[in-house]
Amino acid sequence: MFEGGIILSKKRAFLFMLPALAFVAVFLIFPAIWAIYIGLTNEALTGIYGLNHQFVWFDNFIKAFKDPWFHSSLQISFKFVFGSLVGQAGLGLLLALLLNNKKGILKELVSNIVIIAWIVPGVVVAYLWVAFLDKDFGLLNSILGILGFARVNWFRTLPVGVIIIFNTWRGTAFSMLLFMAALQSIPPSYLETADVIGASGWRKFRDIIIPLIKPQILTDLILLTLWTFNVFTPFILTKGGPAHMTEILPIYTYRVAFMGTGRIGQGAAISTIILLINLTLALIYLKMLKRK
Amino acid sequence: MVFRQRTNLWNNFWIYLILFTLVLFFILPMIWLVIAPFSSKASLAVKITLPSLNNFRELFKNKVAMLAFKNSFIISFSSTIIVTITSMLAAYALSRTNFKWRSTLLYALLLFSTVVTGIAAMVPLFVLNLRLGLIDSYLSVIFVFIGGFLPVSIFIIKDFFDAIPKDYEEAAIVAGSTPSQGFFRIILPLSQQGMVVIALYIFMNTWGDFLIPFILLRSVNKYPVSVAIYTFFTQEGLPLLGLLSAYSLLYSLPVIVLYIIINRKFGFGFHGGLKG
Repeated sequence: MFEGGIILSKKRAFLFMLPALAFVAVFLIFPAIWAIYIGLTNEALTGIYGLNHQFVWFDNFIKAFKDPWFHSSLQISFKFVFGSLVGQAGLGLLLALLLNNKKGILKELVSNIVIIAWIVPGVVVAYLWVAFLDKDFGLLNSILGILGFARVNWFRTLPVGVIIIFNTWRGTAFSMLLFMAALQSIPPSYLETADVIGASGWRKFRDIIIPLIKPQILTDLILLTLWTFNVFTPFILTKGGPAHMTEILPIYTYRVAFMGTGRIGQGAAISTIILLINLTLALIYLKMLKRK
Repeated sequence: MVFRQRTNLWNNFWIYLILFTLVLFFILPMIWLVIAPFSSKASLAVKITLPSLNNFRELFKNKVAMLAFKNSFIISFSSTIIVTITSMLAAYALSRTNFKWRSTLLYALLLFSTVVTGIAAMVPLFVLNLRLGLIDSYLSVIFVFIGGFLPVSIFIIKDFFDAIPKDYEEAAIVAGSTPSQGFFRIILPLSQQGMVVIALYIFMNTWGDFLIPFILLRSVNKYPVSVAIYTFFTQEGLPLLGLLSAYSLLYSLPVIVLYIIINRKFGFGFHGGLKG
């Protein structure tokens, strides 16, 4: 018989994997490891360090921790992730509960609208919100005007709120689909029994539904945290402004590395920090997957 | 019983009220995308005017805008084809052989693909492409997309292959066919649906991506639509709103059509934690 298995020999299996592994090694794994090295140099896009950079040890990391913009972007990222998490998981669960056991056109309509908000390209979604929230012409202010309220400059009044609501609008579909699938897996007899003994809707929710879909809720929360932390679309909506008030960590990284003098080394150090945060979140997620 | 029915009605009232509010929240921002492109005087406002196709006429005359469609198509199509084929081969090997470091390899793939996002790697990816002399080429964007989407694609296709019993190919080999015949005549036809879903998934994701081409491309004539729309808006802004809204609608159309196809043919739900 063949070595390795009857269907594929070991050598052939390796050849089959080679192209994929080569791409992954060069364009996914290597850049992550290289980021650490670049972060220890003073490489820049322009100026003398563009051509000739030196090894500066942990200078970039020290500079990052001393930079007030770094701290504020971390804080904004934290608010952004937390707000989106509450918004997306909350609305997703609410939609899944309301649409569960509903059939026909209503369910189709609602879930399709939510999913379309999710799949339309980010650039388009960003401009939809630019138009929707515009102070002078936007639909939201027009509606508020009809109802007798004053016009609000949303981007100035609630900068972080705007990117949270924008991101919630865009991403709720994932949680909705996940929770819809989870609710389908609850045996109907559980809820029927609860009906027979006269349990209220809230009791059914708290004592039957939540414990049964707890694994999916945890999965949802950890994946959303990871993804939201790594989102760049608010850049198209606000460019981090006004006055850096929506500058989440990814936008800060972009600004440091590619704008102005292009401090590539400094940017790579921040990338390394992002990689470490991602790694922590991913390890928690993988541990949860294994326990299942 | 009467009491019971009344509470049901009351409950239903609340359910529909909440649903209605949620639908408003999701649908209101979309209205502009449907109205503005057909308006003769497009602005950021939602205003119904006499319908006109002028914006689309302007758009089709705009060389940069049309070129960007071609660029988006080249980038997404090549990434999709290469990812689908290479991940199919890798997934087959991972599904049908059991070598020592197989599970380590799978774990590493899963870990790296979760940790190394475009955001986390934007700086090193830029430097890497700079050193390779690939900055401002389609290839830079395509390669980065391939590296990024391969792991997910391998996992999903492997799931499909794992679901097909090995006995089929073993029987075929015993009956005298070669391994590649087994692959092409048994595995491929049985997993067609999975391949189509994966290909569409990658196409939709690369079609909408902004960050990677934004960082790696410099010439206007190589921009995909995402970056072209962004530059139109930031550089020319309001005067171009009619064209921009038409452009946005046309750009979103392929993704929406593909979604409808997937939904009709396979059902759009969850398989192994991913959309597909």
